[in-house]
Amino acid sequence: MNVNFSEEDLAFQQEVRTFFKEKYPQDLRRKTDSGIKLGRDDYIRWQKILYEQGWAAVNWPVKFGGTGWSPVQKFIYANEMAQANAPDVVPFGMKMAGPIIYTYGTAEQCESFLPDILESNVFYCQGYSEPGAGSDLASLKTRADRDGDHYVVNGTKTWTTLGHLADWIFCLVRTSSDVARRQEGISFLLIDMATPGVTVKPIITIEGELEVNEVHFEDVKVPLGNLIGEEGKGWTYGKVLLQHERTNIAGVSRSKFRLERLREKTAQEINGGSPLLHDRNFARKLAAAEIELKALEYTELRTLAAIEVGKAPGPESSILKIRGTEVQQTIDELFVEAAGYYALPYVPEQYDLEYPEADRVGYGAETRSSLVYFNNRKASIYGGSNEIQKNIISKHVLGL
Amino acid sequence: MDFTVTEEQSILADSVAKFIENDYDFETRQKIADSELGYSQEMWKTYAELGWTAVPFDEDDGGLGGGPVELMLMMEQFGRGLLVEPFLANIVLAGGVLRRTASPEQKEQWLAGIIEGTTQAALAFAEPQARFDINDIATTATAEGDGFVLTGRKTLVLNGGNADLLVVPARTSGAQTDQGGITLFAVAADSDGIDFKRYKTVDAQQAADIQLEKVRVDASAVLGEVDNGFAILQAVIDEATFAVCAEAVGIMRTMHDKTVEYAKNRVQFGVPIGSFQALQHRMVETLMSCEQSQSLLLWGTMVNNTGNNDARKSIHALKHQVGTAGIHVAKEAVQIHGAMGVTWELDIAHYFKRLTAIDLLFGNADYHLDKYVELAQ
Repeated sequence: MNVNFSEEDLAFQQEVRTFFKEKYPQDLRRKTDSGIKLGRDDYIRWQKILYEQGWAAVNWPVKFGGTGWSPVQKFIYANEMAQANAPDVVPFGMKMAGPIIYTYGTAEQCESFLPDILESNVFYCQGYSEPGAGSDLASLKTRADRDGDHYVVNGTKTWTTLGHLADWIFCLVRTSSDVARRQEGISFLLIDMATPGVTVKPIITIEGELEVNEVHFEDVKVPLGNLIGEEGKGWTYGKVLLQHERTNIAGVSRSKFRLERLREKTAQEINGGSPLLHDRNFARKLAAAEIELKALEYTELRTLAAIEVGKAPGPESSILKIRGTEVQQTIDELFVEAAGYYALPYVPEQYDLEYPEADRVGYGAETRSSLVYFNNRKASIYGGSNEIQKNIISKHVLGL
Repeated sequence: MDFTVTEEQSILADSVAKFIENDYDFETRQKIADSELGYSQEMWKTYAELGWTAVPFDEDDGGLGGGPVELMLMMEQFGRGLLVEPFLANIVLAGGVLRRTASPEQKEQWLAGIIEGTTQAALAFAEPQARFDINDIATTATAEGDGFVLTGRKTLVLNGGNADLLVVPARTSGAQTDQGGITLFAVAADSDGIDFKRYKTVDAQQAADIQLEKVRVDASAVLGEVDNGFAILQAVIDEATFAVCAEAVGIMRTMHDKTVEYAKNRVQFGVPIGSFQALQHRMVETLMSCEQSQSLLLWGTMVNNTGNNDARKSIHALKHQVGTAGIHVAKEAVQIHGAMGVTWELDIAHYFKRLTAIDLLFGNADYHLDKYVELAQ
């Protein structure tokens, strides 16, 4: 047992650190440090830089343009990325559609879809949830009916993150209703959003911003060649994908970075004559969050160590999702608490680098702390709500 | 970064597990716990024969040179079996002081017997007024002639009533809570002026409150340096804290596993109670408490191994975690076992009590959270 990184890992860490320092664009850093949301162009610019470096698709096999890194290297990479406050790639293409395509798709599909994802030429979004199918995803109703050389898709997908910015959408659709179990007859389909009959309707979330959408399909013609894997097996593929998503959304490195910032910030914040950090109640909450996060970091490392010896991320990744999002939300709350009155102004137009300094209300990114807090209540709901995660652990780990 | 253990380490853990399986079932444990002595001399002899009592000591002293990994693996198993023999008191606490301070003569006089299992020892780390602060020492040691005279009171001296040797921290200078001015003494338990009040604890440990009234010792009884005993005492208490945390993780796992098993078999309303979602989610929570505690235990083990700066922080984080998560798992296990969970007959109740005691030992969850806060600032 040994906590230290090897010489090779330390050299890798230095390489990654230097890269982020030198190549993450300053104007984007100013945006992320000020809590300003990145636009499509920002993401594409940054992801193309990562692509040039060969680091866009960390998890992909080398033959498709992935890195071939060990789990420890991936851990180091995620840490350095968080410490540079650089955004991770938008997950829908690189971390979700991509792996499904190279795992279950044909050689032709790999050739036609993967390069554009890798090079960030095409932006994907995810079509899983529906108005009537949330936690009970298998009750989805969007239909894809065969008609000659294509499917005809009808239905509605919702909570589609960045759907307003996306070019393509990957969907779970019902290709057969004549099945013994509802989980059967579901297929995994890639759809070009420029196809006639696709409309995107924005949904404004609690903090007042546009992030998620409703996507409608009305007689949308999709080539049969856009079906990934076998018809009717989409549920299985989707489940594998959700497990990948769960390890991704633990966000340990990101939470670590935020807790360090919170510690720095509250070391200056005056509360009754002394820094908030020295307030016993606040300090205890901060310490408890740090301890929980340290435990989670090691839970993730244990999972990575298991993957390294050839085990796939199994149901235990659900633990990471639950505790990871709980810690994130605790940190969100502590930032609001630290901001005090500055958490209250709601002036959406000032979250722009061009906004005149003199007109700003409040100071720094603090007035965004409440918006982040409101928005991130989603964390314990998306990717399979935390209660659904508990059902999964109960069934597959505890055998209940 | 490596989570694997060596073959020797794995054999050690297996030897404890096999011993529990073959020779230390719950019924046996209860008989031993109920005995006057509170532990089994015969079992203790076996511990020594299997080499367990030698694990943390230097090979030059007749030990096996084990470190934090060995200690963690053994204590986890001890927790699973709910063993009552005084391993913590002899090997980790008193033995821990001797290992770090004893002269060749003191080693010969005391340590050899501890390793062989023939000497019983205790460390008197607590005083009635001190709560969890080991630097709060009112017991005085006054230089007189070529020795010292000790006067004061010690409480919850684990294994104190059975001990041949008492390791006694006493104040040779400074104010009551100063870290400086503390000296550690090796005191024969049959010395004149020592009065023992023996008792059992709720978790079936043997302990004693001890009154020292002008107890005379030679200068040769000083362990380490006069006035400079605190750093040693702290290192030993840190190690003991780590050890009970490992024990707690073993207990938590066992309680969780037994509870899940019970929920699968206990039928009410015509179905196993494990089919109820209200209970399923609670058992998932206890699983997460176990996993998170295990993770911090591994962190603690690995940073202790390197002498890294995080070592002390890890002790406080771990004890906080094990205190809160341990009580969580314990309470849920009792609740889900229903009324059976609050009977003396069922092992669950005794695991519960041990976790309660471990939270209080060497400072509870809140105490260590505050210590962590101090270190982090």
